[in-house]
Amino acid sequence: MFGNLDTTTLQQLWWIIDSLVGSLFLFLIFVQGGQTLLWQLGKANVEKSLIINSLGRKWEMTFTTLVLFGGALFAAFPKFYATSFGGAYWVWMLILFTFIVQAVSYEFRKKPNNFLGEKVYELFLFINGSVGILLIGAAVGTFFTGSNFVLNEYNFVTWTNPLRGLEAAFSLFNLSLGLFLVFNARLLGAMYLLNNIDFTGYEDFEARTRKAVLVNLLCALPFLLYFLISLVVMDGFGVDPKTGIVSMVSGKYLANLLSMPLVLIFLLAGLVLVIWGVVTTSFRGKNNGIWFGGLGTVLVGLAVFFTAGFNNTAFYPSKAALQSSLTIYNASSSHYTLTAMSYVALLIPVVLAYVVYVWYLMDAKKITAAEVTGEQADEMY
Amino acid sequence: MVDQIDLTMVNWARAQFALTAMYHWIFVPLTLGLSFIIAFFESIYIKTGNKEWKKIAKFWMTLFGINFAIGVATGIILEFEFGTNWSNYSWMVGDIFGAPLAVEGIAAFFLEATFFAVMFFGWERVSKKFHLFSTWMVAIGSNLSALWILVANGWMQYPIGMAFNPDTARFEMQDFWAILFSPVAISKFTHTTSSGFLFGSLFVITISSWYLLKGRHIQMARKSILVAAVFGLLSSGYVAFTGDEAAYNDAQKQPMKLAAFEGLYDGEKGAGLVAAGIINSSKKVGDDQDAFLFEIRIPWLLSLLANRDPGSFVPGIKDLVYGNEKENIMGADEKIKKGKIAVEQLALYKKAKKAGDSAGAEAALTVFNQNKEYLGFGYLNAPEEAVPPVSLVYYAFHIMVALGSLFPIIFIAYLFFTLKGTIIHQKWLLSIGVVSMFLGLAAQQCGWIVAEVGRQPWAIQDLLPVTIARTNLTAGTVQTTFFMFVAIFTLLLIAEIRIMLKQIQIGPEGK
Ligand code: HDD
Ligand code: HEM
Ligand code: HEM
Repeated sequence: MFGNLDTTTLQQLWWIIDSLVGSLFLFLIFVQGGQTLLWQLGKANVEKSLIINSLGRKWEMTFTTLVLFGGALFAAFPKFYATSFGGAYWVWMLILFTFIVQAVSYEFRKKPNNFLGEKVYELFLFINGSVGILLIGAAVGTFFTGSNFVLNEYNFVTWTNPLRGLEAAFSLFNLSLGLFLVFNARLLGAMYLLNNIDFTGYEDFEARTRKAVLVNLLCALPFLLYFLISLVVMDGFGVDPKTGIVSMVSGKYLANLLSMPLVLIFLLAGLVLVIWGVVTTSFRGKNNGIWFGGLGTVLVGLAVFFTAGFNNTAFYPSKAALQSSLTIYNASSSHYTLTAMSYVALLIPVVLAYVVYVWYLMDAKKITAAEVTGEQADEMY
Repeated sequence: MVDQIDLTMVNWARAQFALTAMYHWIFVPLTLGLSFIIAFFESIYIKTGNKEWKKIAKFWMTLFGINFAIGVATGIILEFEFGTNWSNYSWMVGDIFGAPLAVEGIAAFFLEATFFAVMFFGWERVSKKFHLFSTWMVAIGSNLSALWILVANGWMQYPIGMAFNPDTARFEMQDFWAILFSPVAISKFTHTTSSGFLFGSLFVITISSWYLLKGRHIQMARKSILVAAVFGLLSSGYVAFTGDEAAYNDAQKQPMKLAAFEGLYDGEKGAGLVAAGIINSSKKVGDDQDAFLFEIRIPWLLSLLANRDPGSFVPGIKDLVYGNEKENIMGADEKIKKGKIAVEQLALYKKAKKAGDSAGAEAALTVFNQNKEYLGFGYLNAPEEAVPPVSLVYYAFHIMVALGSLFPIIFIAYLFFTLKGTIIHQKWLLSIGVVSMFLGLAAQQCGWIVAEVGRQPWAIQDLLPVTIARTNLTAGTVQTTFFMFVAIFTLLLIAEIRIMLKQIQIGPEGK
């Protein structure tokens, strides 16, 4: 079946799959966003417990999606994996560190004799949700602003900036994407909590959470606007489809959006959905905003990745040596591997199906204060 | 390919990988084994309806959760470390090596992650049957993740199902099934998972023995021991069987590794197996010192194990380094010569191609193809570089095998006295039991030292030396992250141990 597709189609297919996994990740970081809200929303211990336990049932899903995103990029675009991880060393290492400390924090935070103390684990969660997500945003920003690497004829990567990737965080553009992601994750986090927790008897807590949704949208908007406006006016890294030569093209990303109307629709529809999620949560008292916000985030994510990778664009461009830039065509695995992996990808819908089913089963009943304080409390996070 | 080789950087990167992998391997075997043991407990509970078993399952589940979290934390580092520290490796073999890692994410980690939440928080939210199903899914998911990562590792030990593409200067996959069903991958998977089962059983024995010595939670401890002893005994048989298979594979595919862990410098027919011995650490290949200061050898056995034929020839380190014409073995010295030709011709081919000289490219490619099997050797400078650190792998192997012979005896003793009903009075056995988990951990780590250090200097056996696999980083950078990892993992390990001990002290009655 897939074996008959030509390499170009497979490369595009895999860019779509990787973009989908990446965009799902951007939605699932509502967990990280929620983590940064812990101190702000959870005034009493019960409230904190509710937040932690609600997020604690989902954090692995987000984490595993990140792992899969890495693995899928490795398999489909190994040159990207090698260039970016090996090159932008520090940025990735710092991101990883924030995920290492996250992974233990849920389990260890409340356990007696936990060595570092409850507050430190909460701090770990906060760092993961703020620094971690900010840096991920900055790293994604380099898809448009470019990075500082040179590949030799054997594709051995040399990074020309001593900060090794951290310099990405000093670009206003990358930074605003990062900050937008952080605030977006926070508003998603708040909407998720509204959906997942039974607030009976905790109306103040609910009001605080509901307010956080709107406040974080307002915080996110300026960064989003800066990002979008810069994106449509900036020069982009275009590729000549015949020769493969990379050059700076003015208004490249605007052109990409206009020549791929579906992508433009994704972007606009995504933004509208996120905003609708907030509106319905804040002004209509609804608790299902997370689904609009989530779908919206996925669509925006897809639009960002598609703009970076499709329409003869270099998705991982090099500022230091234009011709070293990576495109989905020069960075991919061979036809055989892409084919084999496409068969494997048929499992993705199966995985999605059982994830959704289990999520539905587990969330059918909301988390209550009684549950996290009652008899079973010592089994909770 | 890589202009200058920075050995200090390479060594720090190796140290970092060793550190993170060995930390990961403290927690993973427990996940592999304990997940099944918990599933057994819960199944018994569902079958009998006896709440006691549910309490037992929940107790072990708490410990499982603590361990799992830190296993995940150490795992994510490893995955990205291929890119960060071994980027040339990732590019050159990403075609083949990336695939199993991606499959692992799709096919295994999601099973674990999804059903983990049900296992811990679903008792009141889903039906009993579905809960049991979830517990089993966690166990199966964990062991599936072992499958895929070990397929990847097996391929590094025995690269097949691929071809070198001179245009891109990288290896490309040609046969997914050959990689998945490679005999090395299969023996790695079976040996490693069974050693995890064994380790999980030892863990249960250790804690339960401690309770019995303290006279606490006696019913629960005895029940736990019964299940663990049966599972442990079965697993230890399986471990020995698959370990033998692993050694046989080494003899066939990685003879240098076998020679190193046996301390066999001079190959011979009807070679004997060293049952115990002290290796002469100043011995160098090619000199005429004795390899051992003292040794006990079982005649013929090594030949039998290595080639399934007691009279067969087992090559020693010397044969593999300098060649042995009589036995028709090409030495590393000769391979290096051919390898250098391959490296040179590859460069010529690329140059000619760039210049549009198709005849020149053709000619270079022809010579390259005659020598490409030895490409990796072209990056070595002296044949002695092909020898891994002998004493380390020798001792690691012998400790592992010695412990592998001890464990079934422990399980049999436990089973015997449990069935007799007098286990609680066997203080001597319980004292051994209390330390047995640490012996298990030692065996685990030793096994990986054999597998990974024994593979040196290769990242991919015979194809890619670690010096070429590296990223272009300074030694200082890698050193910094190395110490960051030491600090963070040690902190987390201390936290995990303290939490575990506290939970063990609280015991199942707290539930
Ligand atoms: C409880 C742990 C444990 C025990 C008791 C044993 N092993 Fe083991 N062994 C492992 C745990 C392990 C391991 C950690 O799981 C390794 C590391 C790599 C691998 O595939 O499994 C391993 C590797 C390993 C290798 C190297 C495989 C390679 O080249 O990659 C060999 C030859 C053996 N084992 C052989 C044995 C034999 C003959 C045993 C005798 C009973 C034995 N092992 C017991
Ligand atoms: C979790 C169990 C594992 C342990 C304890 C372990 C241990 C080690 C050790 C001790 C080294 C250093 C060897 C040396 O430089 O002398 C090493 C290196 C390495 N291992 Fe493993 N290993 C494990 C699993 C794996 C797996 C599953 C893979 C691949 C899928 C792998 C890939 C590598 C690589 C790429 C290196 C660096 C290059 C090298 O030094 O060969 N390891 N590992
Ligand atoms: C050196 C190569 C390795 C890499 C890159 C790696 C990668 C990972 C990653 C990314 C995770 C976290 C997954 C999650 O999101 O849940 C993880 C956990 C896990 N890994 Fe590894 N791993 C390696 C070695 C191994 C080996 C050799 C085994 C088994 C034989 C293994 C078995 C597991 C299991 C069972 C888990 C679940 C968590 C736990 O055990 O605590 N891994 N690994």
